[in-house]
Amino acid sequence: MSDRSVPPAIAHAPRKWRADAPGYALLSPTLVVMVLGLAAPLAMLVLYSLWRQNGIALQTQVTLGQYASVLSRAPFRALFLRSIAISSAVTLATVAFAYPMAYFVAFEARAKFLWLVLLTIPFWTSYLLRVFAWKLILGWNGVINSGLMSLGLIKAPFGFLLYNPFSVIVTLAHAWAPFAILPIYVSLEKIDRSLLDAAADLGDGPLRRFLRVTLPLSLPGIIGAAVLIFVPTTGDYVTPALVGGPRGTMLANVIDVEFERIGNWPFGAALAVVSMMAVGLVTLSAVTAARAAVARIR
Amino acid sequence: MSASAKLASMKPPGLFVYAILYLAFLYVPVLFLPLFSFNDSAFVSFPLAGFTLRWYRAMLADGALGEALANSLKVGAVAAISATLLGLAAARALTRYRLKGTSTVLGFVSLPLFIPDIVLGISLLILVNALSTPLSLSSVIFGHIVLCVPFALAVLLSRLEGFDPSLEEASRDLGETAWMTFLRVTLPLALPGIVASLLLAFIVSFDEFLIAYFLAGTDATLPIYIWGELRFPAKLPIVLALGAAILVVTCLLVLVAEWLRNLGRARTTPLAVGA
Repeated sequence: MSDRSVPPAIAHAPRKWRADAPGYALLSPTLVVMVLGLAAPLAMLVLYSLWRQNGIALQTQVTLGQYASVLSRAPFRALFLRSIAISSAVTLATVAFAYPMAYFVAFEARAKFLWLVLLTIPFWTSYLLRVFAWKLILGWNGVINSGLMSLGLIKAPFGFLLYNPFSVIVTLAHAWAPFAILPIYVSLEKIDRSLLDAAADLGDGPLRRFLRVTLPLSLPGIIGAAVLIFVPTTGDYVTPALVGGPRGTMLANVIDVEFERIGNWPFGAALAVVSMMAVGLVTLSAVTAARAAVARIR
Repeated sequence: MSASAKLASMKPPGLFVYAILYLAFLYVPVLFLPLFSFNDSAFVSFPLAGFTLRWYRAMLADGALGEALANSLKVGAVAAISATLLGLAAARALTRYRLKGTSTVLGFVSLPLFIPDIVLGISLLILVNALSTPLSLSSVIFGHIVLCVPFALAVLLSRLEGFDPSLEEASRDLGETAWMTFLRVTLPLALPGIVASLLLAFIVSFDEFLIAYFLAGTDATLPIYIWGELRFPAKLPIVLALGAAILVVTCLLVLVAEWLRNLGRARTTPLAVGA
């Protein structure tokens, strides 16, 4: 009855097509929605980036002028570098701090499930309010400053806590923590424990065994976590807007200004396309480099 | 026995302490929201001024908040149901049939997970604008469906992947119609996945700010309302009360979802073992 019982060599193409037709029919509504809601808008974005805004009129002659001005103007180059630097720092910090936590849950914790629930509960509050909580903590009259002052430890509030790249990094590292813990935990959990015993039996000390067995085997989780954090945080809007200040402004804030205030959609579109390409390029090269580095350790 | 003893001897010391500190890092910032929502002062700073429920009373009396909440519930429900239906059909197609281009389809549908929300938001804004349709909750719903389909598909694929097709064949061989087979065999087996997908998609939509911000026009969803209120220091404690309420409700939802998932697992485990 099932088409799986027919060996592919015997199944004739028309019969295969007829057997699979319901499958394509089932798949098509989702594909139609995603083409309309994802492929079409992205194509329109690229198209807009090739046009030009002239006052309130849109000139639809194809030009690379938007790209030229995105790439040639120093403030925008600085913006790209800053966004990528901030997101890289966020990714490194989040993964580095989450790794021991995930390791603990995978190898040491007794009630694993309870730990996983405990680790995810704080992330069911509103994202906006989780980010805003850091503004309350780091602000001029915030929790840290008012706490230290009421304890008599400082006389005047610290001004350097908020509105800089560092406050953006701390806030994002907090907001994205589960995206690091969960993939790393899954990859650690999958490791065959007998491999660890074998390494120990063959004389590897704990550190060597970790570097040569555990770390390389958990690499898919690390890479997955890094990509899952790096890509969306380069485009984060809320965090730089709330805790970044002028020195912590990132790509999304500038794209928003082009779309919502200045009204230069072609330029905003070009900014968005260039940032997607830059982020994609950085991600690809980082993943390749990470794989090569681990291959060498092994 | 000896293996676990050997593993135990290799445990790095102090990892438990680290885990507790890490939990504190995750929890303390979030717990400031409920703490200051009960504080009898419009300013969020120490020392605490005293206990009050007035911010909660003000929250319940706020009409714009109620409207935004109703909008968010509507958008979340429609987006979650649509994304789950689309995800279910696609997951069924991809697991039951061997279609050409399966990995391409999966990659394409998962794209929203790898595109920053800002890019999705402005792209959809350009599209809606080009179609000269007014911005409204409908455009937000459309954007949220696109955003939620990859989540729904991932959950449902993992549920349907281990699915034994011989169960459906047996049902048909025993004389059930295709429709009854679907109702009595396929649907019950997929149900925990469907519930998980509905909840996850709803939570993603309910919390989504940036896409809604570009597409909502004059209708505010709850995150858009919160974003607006964050600019007014006087209204801040009300927003904190709202945040605490959201935290409690979503925690309850997550616990219910986990309980349902375990229920589903307990019931289907014997089948999985037999397969």
